[in-house]
Amino acid sequence: MKPIKIQVSDLSVYYDGHRALNEVTLSIHANEILAIFGPAHSGRSTLLRTFNRLNDLIDGVLIDGQVLLDGDDIYAPSVDAVALRRRVGMVFALPIPLPGSIRSNITYGPRLSGVHDKGRLDAIVERTLRQAALWDEVKDRLDEPAAALSGGQQQRLCIARVLALEPEVILLDAPTSGLDPISTAKVEESLQQLKNDYTIVIVPHSVQQAARVADQAAFFLAGELVEHGISHDIFTNPSDKRTEDYITGRFG
Amino acid sequence: MSRQTTQKLAFATLTLLAVIVVLPIVLVVAYIVVQGIGAINWEFISGFPRSGMREGGILPAVIGTVLLTFGAAIAAIPLGVGAAIYLAEYARDNWLTRAIRLAIINLAGIPSVVYGLFGLGMFVLFLGFGTSIVAGSLTLGLMTLPVVISTAEEAILTVPQSFRVVSISLGGTRWQTVREVVLPQSLPGIITGIILGLERAAGETAPILFTVAAFYLPRVPHSIFDQTMALPYHLYVISTQVPGMPLSVQYGTALVLLVLVLSLEVTATIIRSYFRRKRQW
Repeated sequence: MKPIKIQVSDLSVYYDGHRALNEVTLSIHANEILAIFGPAHSGRSTLLRTFNRLNDLIDGVLIDGQVLLDGDDIYAPSVDAVALRRRVGMVFALPIPLPGSIRSNITYGPRLSGVHDKGRLDAIVERTLRQAALWDEVKDRLDEPAAALSGGQQQRLCIARVLALEPEVILLDAPTSGLDPISTAKVEESLQQLKNDYTIVIVPHSVQQAARVADQAAFFLAGELVEHGISHDIFTNPSDKRTEDYITGRFG
Repeated sequence: MSRQTTQKLAFATLTLLAVIVVLPIVLVVAYIVVQGIGAINWEFISGFPRSGMREGGILPAVIGTVLLTFGAAIAAIPLGVGAAIYLAEYARDNWLTRAIRLAIINLAGIPSVVYGLFGLGMFVLFLGFGTSIVAGSLTLGLMTLPVVISTAEEAILTVPQSFRVVSISLGGTRWQTVREVVLPQSLPGIITGIILGLERAAGETAPILFTVAAFYLPRVPHSIFDQTMALPYHLYVISTQVPGMPLSVQYGTALVLLVLVLSLEVTATIIRSYFRRKRQW
């Protein structure tokens, strides 16, 4: 069994008193892909955004319970959320390139943390673009606007941008929801490569994608964790009736 | 009446109304150009006034207006843009920010002569700057503030929220996000706001009346604590206070002021369209 990277204990999240997550307990192992799946409003994205404390940006959010990263509570008062977000990177549902070139998008994170050496930044650009399987397509136009790339390329650029942070955990919130099947396949393929070096938590955009990419899967319904286990077991032989109904398409 | 006729009638009426709106502006500009162009020559622009301002040039007034506009910019930009960043990026909705917003709205509604009186009391007398370019610039800057703050805040708020979330998620602090993403993207809007505010400041008479403007001072100011002539006030003086003033000199002065203000406007338009073409979202 691989070591535990993130341990969630009795985690509840409220938005203005409305409960989005209810006493979730879940462990996430290093170098595995965990798929958090379930219908809309099941708390998937909320859970993802507690891991990099992106929920902090929302007014009126209340977080109860514990999230440990490598055994340390990320909500402890002494924790610097800015430093945490460099360890826990995030890719969003829609590719959102920042205004500027392909290169400046990737070097954004490193520059903010004080890397300004041109040679080092160039090396980061090449390494991360290769990891995200985008290098060959863009290596001759790194200084062109990122917005000129296709949707699929933009999303791989966003993955490269997160990799440039040298994070330990990568969170992906429905990263292929706006992409065509071929781009989706490319993103999924690069995830399989990436899990050797990173811990990956993905909110898949379909049950099929969850089954394709995940080692572990967790099914959420109305803010509760219904079932969590090895992906293959959950998708072939779910132990909870609600999980079975969802993956066989009876609702959701 | 058939629906088509009503439609045509409505269209014609609206077009007519739009034309009526444009007409006065065109007429005013055309009238001043026609009346004033005869007075414009090199001596008028670069010379000092002579014979009780009836002859010679208006250089001191041009320099005064440029200096005052520049001074108003120095006073209003840091304060206005800083306040706009605070309101748009940092402030939460509480009694304090509501009070600030209310104050800004009220500042915009204060008559300019009241600003002039305030400048006299505050800058000229209380702070002891005397009747000076500093006092006039601060008064004009103060008057410009509400325009700068509200247009800059609006420009900042048009930057998509997703950029901020992405920047924060990439390990940026709030200030880094403002500096690296929000400000560069909202800069054209902010600059436009600043220029629009300064345009108004450049043409105002009342705020400089008690704080800086000299009736007749045919020389370049010695320092920022010196008085100066300024175009709007000079125009007022030669139109109402000096008997036997040639009409062409009055309209020539108006034309120079108009050109100065319009050139600011044109600059704003150029900056706006330049950045709009460069924008990638």
